[in-house]
Amino acid sequence: MRYVAPTSVDEARSLLVDNPGSRVFAGATDLIPQIRAGRPQPSVMVDLKRIDRLTSVSHRDGGWAIGAATPTAALTANPEFATMFPGLSEASGLIGSDQIQNRSSWGGNVANASPAADSVPALVANDAQVVIASAGGTRTAAVDEIITGPGQTSLGDGEFIIEFTLADMAAGTSDAYLRIIPRTEMDIAVVGAGVRLTMDGPTVAAAKIVLGAVAPTAIRVGEAEAALVGNTLDEATLAEAAEAASAACNPINDKRGTIEYRRQVAGVLTKRCLLIAADRAQNGTA
Amino acid sequence: MNRTHVNCTVNGDDVDFLAADGISLLDALRDELGLTGSKEGCGTGDCGACSILIDGKLNCSCLVLAPEAEGAEIVTVEGIADGDHLHPLQQTFLEGAALQCGICTPGFLVAAKALLDTNPDPTETEIRYALAGNLCRCTGYDKIIRSVQEAAVQLREVAK
Ligand SMILES: Cc1cc2nc3c(=O)[nH]c(=O)nc-3n(C[C@H](O)[C@H](O)[C@H](O)COP(=O)(O)OP(=O)(O)OC[C@H]3O[C@@H](n4cnc5c(N)ncnc54)[C@H](O)[C@@H]3O)c2cc1C
Ligand code: FES
Ligand code: FES
Repeated sequence: MRYVAPTSVDEARSLLVDNPGSRVFAGATDLIPQIRAGRPQPSVMVDLKRIDRLTSVSHRDGGWAIGAATPTAALTANPEFATMFPGLSEASGLIGSDQIQNRSSWGGNVANASPAADSVPALVANDAQVVIASAGGTRTAAVDEIITGPGQTSLGDGEFIIEFTLADMAAGTSDAYLRIIPRTEMDIAVVGAGVRLTMDGPTVAAAKIVLGAVAPTAIRVGEAEAALVGNTLDEATLAEAAEAASAACNPINDKRGTIEYRRQVAGVLTKRCLLIAADRAQNGTA
Repeated sequence: MNRTHVNCTVNGDDVDFLAADGISLLDALRDELGLTGSKEGCGTGDCGACSILIDGKLNCSCLVLAPEAEGAEIVTVEGIADGDHLHPLQQTFLEGAALQCGICTPGFLVAAKALLDTNPDPTETEIRYALAGNLCRCTGYDKIIRSVQEAAVQLREVAK
């Protein structure tokens, strides 16, 4: 195995093309434990962190470009980002410990494609797009188009994510993310819920609801969104959205939770997230 | 396995070493540089026994490849005392019986230092969250938390 740290996207692209079995990494917080657990060693480990664009965060012209290898600690510590995207910031900040936070990246969280990845529901709820380096140049895709199944992505051989782009949060709009884990810190989501709401006074003008850890990939709950739009968040509407969220789940039984538990918690978290996002959207978080 | 020549500073000293590309920075510190303070508890980022500072940031050295250290400033538990004077955290851990077997201790000391360097007056909750990446199977944590609180008081006194 060889370690290489290219300093440009082009150099990284050539390394991947020239070296079959090579692999990009950012924090290696998924990759190294997987190799230690017996997954095949890459022929070349391509460290993306020395490419400036991969670790830079910029906000201009009504949007954000966030390097795919940026440690999540740099995002949660960025007041401008954390204020505009409180839910996405909280989701990113839930990944692991402080030690992990100084390494873990969105690029790794998305490309690792764990159904329980915390940043993913919040990224999808915020319509995050990715710019991908591919052999011919670059292409763009939505985050939910990248993840196709547990550990599976639509990224081709030699492709990697350069950066994430997000449009500024519109007026009257905010987000929230909540997860349930068996302890307070350092565990993998049993259920995660990401929500983005646009409020027109007390009425929901637009809604996006995305659940994690309850299906092979994060899922968008269109029925719950439809139940909300045009209504106020009264008990009946919240109950309808929660029921739709529970019904959309296709979870597994495992040591962290049963199918029944995951379904019920998905509804509860959806409801709680809606109330938090609505409050932020109406009262402003800035 | 390919080998890479790595230049960095460790606890203020310039060092260079030759590291096989696949080995962790933890293994390089222990086996190439003889700094055996940092421990391997799990090798998977869960226990924090291998905690070090890289350019001032807390990291699990078991999850860092040795060649990644090129150009970095590294601080290990061996670098937190001032010569023969223990760091206040080391002193309060001793006095507060914050260790039994001791294997987690280097990691807790480095993680607690990282916290107090950025937040000199943390609440108990902040301390518990900041140390959530460090596991201890012996003490039950309370003595560790209290020792960090006591060290924070002492460090604030010194800073006055
Ligand atoms: C102790 C511990 C606790 C954890 N807790 C959580 C948690 O609470 N929630 C959670 O969601 N995750 C958790 N994780 C998993 C992991 O930290 C996250 O998934 C993290 O975001 C991965 O980022 P990374 O940069 O370290 O990925 P890496 O390990 O560097 O990469 C992961 C995968 O993505 C690929 N990859 C990396 N960057 C790119 C890119 N730019 N383009 C294309 N492919 C890329 C790599 O080839 C690899 O296959 C935890 C891990 C540990 C060790
Ligand atoms: S040995 Fe590195 S976290 Fe356990
Ligand atoms: S003192 Fe034994 S693990 Fe902490």
